[in-house]
Amino acid sequence: MTDLSMTPTVKNDTPLLTVEHLTMRFGGLVAVNDVSFTARNSEITAIIGPNGAGKTTLFNCITGFYSPTVGRMTLRHPDGKEFLLERMPGYRISQQASVARTFQNIRLFGGMSVLENLMVAQHNKLIKASGFSIAGLLGLPSYTNVERESVELAKYWLDRVRLLEFADWEAGNLPYGAQRRLEIARAMCTEPVMLCLDEPAAGLNPRESADLAEILTFIRDDHKTGVLLIEHDMSVVMTISDHVVVLDYGRKISDGDPHFVKNDPAVIRAYLGEEEGEELPPEIAADLPEVAKRAEEGA
Amino acid sequence: MDYFLQQLINGLSLGAIYGLIAIGYTMVYGIIGMINFAHGEIYMIGAFVALITFLALGSLGITWVPLALLVMLAASMLFTAVYGWTVERIAYRPLRSSPRLAPLISAIGMSIFLQNYVQILQGARSKPLQPILTGNLTMMDGAVSVSYVRLATIVITVALMYGFTQLITRTELGRAQRACEQDKTMAGLLGVNVDRIISLTFVMGAALAAVAGMMVLLIYGVIDFYIGFLAGVKAFTAAVLGGIGSLPGAMLGGVVIGLIEAFWSGYMGSEWKDVATFTILVLVLIFRPTGLLGRPEIEKV
Amino acid sequence: MTAISVSSPRAIAWPAIIKEAALTAFVALLLTVPLVGLRTVDRPTGLGLETRWNEVVAAVGLVFLGRIGICLIREGQGVLVLVLAAAAAAAGFFIKMPTEALRIILIVGGAIIAIRAAMAVRTGRSKLSQAERDKRMDRIAAKVQDASRWLGPIGVVLALAFPLTPLADRQLLDIGILLLTYVMLGWGLNIVVGLAGLLDLGYVAFYAVGAYSYALLAHYFGLSFWLCLPLAGLLAAFSGVLLGFPVLRLRGDYFAIVTLGFGEIIRIILVNWYQFTGGPNGISGIPRPSFFGIADFTRTPAEGTMAFHEMFGLEFSALHRIIFLYYLILVLALVVNFFTLRVRKLPLGRAWEALREDDIACASLGINRTNMKLAAFAIAAMFGGFAGSFFATRQGFISPESFTFIESAIILAIVVLGGMGSQIGVVVATLLVIGLPEAFRELADYRMLAFGMGMVLIMLWRPRGLLAHRDPTILLYGRKGKGAGGPAAGTAAAGGEGIAGGRAK
Repeated sequence: MTDLSMTPTVKNDTPLLTVEHLTMRFGGLVAVNDVSFTARNSEITAIIGPNGAGKTTLFNCITGFYSPTVGRMTLRHPDGKEFLLERMPGYRISQQASVARTFQNIRLFGGMSVLENLMVAQHNKLIKASGFSIAGLLGLPSYTNVERESVELAKYWLDRVRLLEFADWEAGNLPYGAQRRLEIARAMCTEPVMLCLDEPAAGLNPRESADLAEILTFIRDDHKTGVLLIEHDMSVVMTISDHVVVLDYGRKISDGDPHFVKNDPAVIRAYLGEEEGEELPPEIAADLPEVAKRAEEGA
Repeated sequence: MDYFLQQLINGLSLGAIYGLIAIGYTMVYGIIGMINFAHGEIYMIGAFVALITFLALGSLGITWVPLALLVMLAASMLFTAVYGWTVERIAYRPLRSSPRLAPLISAIGMSIFLQNYVQILQGARSKPLQPILTGNLTMMDGAVSVSYVRLATIVITVALMYGFTQLITRTELGRAQRACEQDKTMAGLLGVNVDRIISLTFVMGAALAAVAGMMVLLIYGVIDFYIGFLAGVKAFTAAVLGGIGSLPGAMLGGVVIGLIEAFWSGYMGSEWKDVATFTILVLVLIFRPTGLLGRPEIEKV
Repeated sequence: MTAISVSSPRAIAWPAIIKEAALTAFVALLLTVPLVGLRTVDRPTGLGLETRWNEVVAAVGLVFLGRIGICLIREGQGVLVLVLAAAAAAAGFFIKMPTEALRIILIVGGAIIAIRAAMAVRTGRSKLSQAERDKRMDRIAAKVQDASRWLGPIGVVLALAFPLTPLADRQLLDIGILLLTYVMLGWGLNIVVGLAGLLDLGYVAFYAVGAYSYALLAHYFGLSFWLCLPLAGLLAAFSGVLLGFPVLRLRGDYFAIVTLGFGEIIRIILVNWYQFTGGPNGISGIPRPSFFGIADFTRTPAEGTMAFHEMFGLEFSALHRIIFLYYLILVLALVVNFFTLRVRKLPLGRAWEALREDDIACASLGINRTNMKLAAFAIAAMFGGFAGSFFATRQGFISPESFTFIESAIILAIVVLGGMGSQIGVVVATLLVIGLPEAFRELADYRMLAFGMGMVLIMLWRPRGLLAHRDPTILLYGRKGKGAGGPAAGTAAAGGEGIAGGRAK
């Protein structure tokens, strides 16, 4: 199951993130069990699986909110720097390894304005420029220049997620879909090499889902950022992912391009909930090809 | 060894008192997630009602001690419970859906109010009371003597705790109370009168605090309007120490704090006993933030 | 139940009203019988009891009538209740009640019910809903916030000019100094509670550290106030870091209770370490501040120093020192205010507010939460230390009595009542919390009683604090732009949810 063997030496092909034998236990419960996979730069890697498959736990391990029981997670920046994520405290993963994330239940700074949310995201850059507030308190130009740049970056991303005109709104007052987009913009303002999205399409209508897909492909293609995505919405996953990893009961059951995963019997079994080693009832078995076909058309 | 046993008994009886107060904190925190800052004053009121009842009985000529004690207990539990109920009704219920600081500030305000209310009505001077329950139980050839009051405190507390545990775990009311602790909305949807259960929680907490107040009056024989603050803080410490939200935890925390205080004052002198208590609280919170019996909590993301 | 029109012809449900009022009166009876009706008195033979049944009857009667009044408003009899309640309030000035307190209850209670009745008559409704009331207050808060742009400077100018006016006598200046001290403490605590969303119940500890730092340094080493002021600030900040380091990881209420414990520990140390701190007797003879080390405020200065009045060719007046102290605390307070206004627009301040809103999201953005919180704690502690050493030099005498929990509670009340995070709210709340009781000094005993009740009432009336309103720290379109007046200027969450951490979700 390990992907170690396929780590080639060609620089172009070096995976951005390599997860090896990751296991996370909560007491007796094994939420993630010996999962290994890789994610590449400028690719969208989707992690899918039924509810309770351990996707969010995996995410929380990668982004440093949990420290895994066993396993290794290596992040390789395009410039060759390497980070062992399991050894870093939570905030360092964003600060130094440049991994940004969003949350399943949106976590914006609801009482602050949209623009302020994006300024907070550039905290580390700004606080250095403000001389840990001393230059900032004095209003030195060294700080004001950096602040102006930060506002420009914020405006760029606001424009990208079509929220520019709402810049001065209170974030908590935005409609739901806009909040999701703002969270992505906020994560991108940290200028990450890898963006982790926890169910970004949850609660969106089909139009908003399409918008989201567009934003994600833009991030992948124009910013050469690796995107790691947990998603339930198969239409989004199948249309934009370059690589899909399927989890079930904490284990990886399939790994490959969307087409491969879609036709993998193990995945179909997991989703249709068939008991292992049991024959499908004839009527369901007969429907299987059609179900697969419908999924292919994008549900 | 004898001295040790003596301090042990002292610590246990003191711990029983803290535990009784701590139950009120822990139940309220469990059900509405607020620190009922005025609970210490409720305990103080309990002590005052007990004192007043005793004096009233005296002026009526009832001096048979067992009867007097029984009436004191009943009166102080009843009247103090009404105070507990009223405080919740006036100062907390309207703030149930407010930002978290609002009920806390309201509670601090209530605490200041009650303290001054008693001070104005009953006077600022401390109230001495001649010992009601006298006599000692001597053991080990007189090496250890335990006053009946302290023994009674421990026995009554154990009995109350037993009854109370039965109430919470066995009865309809207890089930509703536990359900509200888990999820008030859902409990409400299933036909539990949430407001009533919360009121009852305050009433029960106040009644237990009243018992503690009466015990303190009997053991130390002197009370004043200011006793609520420190006892309240320590009892809350006990609740946190045991794991807030957990009833056995509150009792355990109370006993631990009582023992620490008794042994510290017994062996190190009483000036620094409060520092010892608070230091232990800080240490416990740092190394075991959920308390001794609290369930570990994972940061939900 | 809502929106029953005033002219509703519906018959009044007397039995229900009487029953409700009787129940309320019964509760009042149970509350008053033991504590109001029976008073313990000291007799030569020991404790005795006195009965005051007339007070119980009066109190229960008032509660009964008040409840009927409220019920009648609900039934749409606003006009009737208005007249009766106003009459009752007026009668309170003439009728002889058993005690003054009951008379005040009659007057105030009558007035409140009359106001509610008037509101009901005017709006045709028995009661404003919490949300509507909140919205109204939000609008007021936003207006005040807006006005503070010019109100603030005017206030500062007035405060600067005040000692020069003939109005300024000793007593008023003293009250001014007292108010400014609490404004400064409120602004200092606002950094921790209002911005960073950390509920600190032991702020007075840093105030004490500052005060004792100066007093002890002056006592043992003879250092001057101007040298000690920064030292006291540093020591307080250091103690803030010392405390903060282990406890800042704690969440919400645990944090609150540990800070409370810390405040008590400091106080107990001050009391018990009497060889060093003077114990409960405190330290007296703390040197008064000089005029920046150049001149003294004495009639006859010591050898080699100048007297302030000689230096400026003025007539000697004992007021000079008071006026100087007044300006000193004014400047110190303004420094805190300036710092807060400025830091809010800096990454540090934004990180604080972000922590208050959602600290998990902060971690995901690479913000070092511990350091940020530690900074808030240390800075607020430093300002508390400044205020403390000012307090020591002003009083000339300090003792642990001045640093009890009630002080922390008062400062916290100022911050929360004013509306968390609102600078002008702190000023307004200080006037209410410190100024009003100061004005009613003759009520002595009842002061703290009213203070406690006032805290409860303000929270009931406006749980988020009087002037809770948050202005964005940076605007893309300017104040008159697209966002202004829009939802951005709307509800100041003011961290109500953020503070004290979400409970186990």
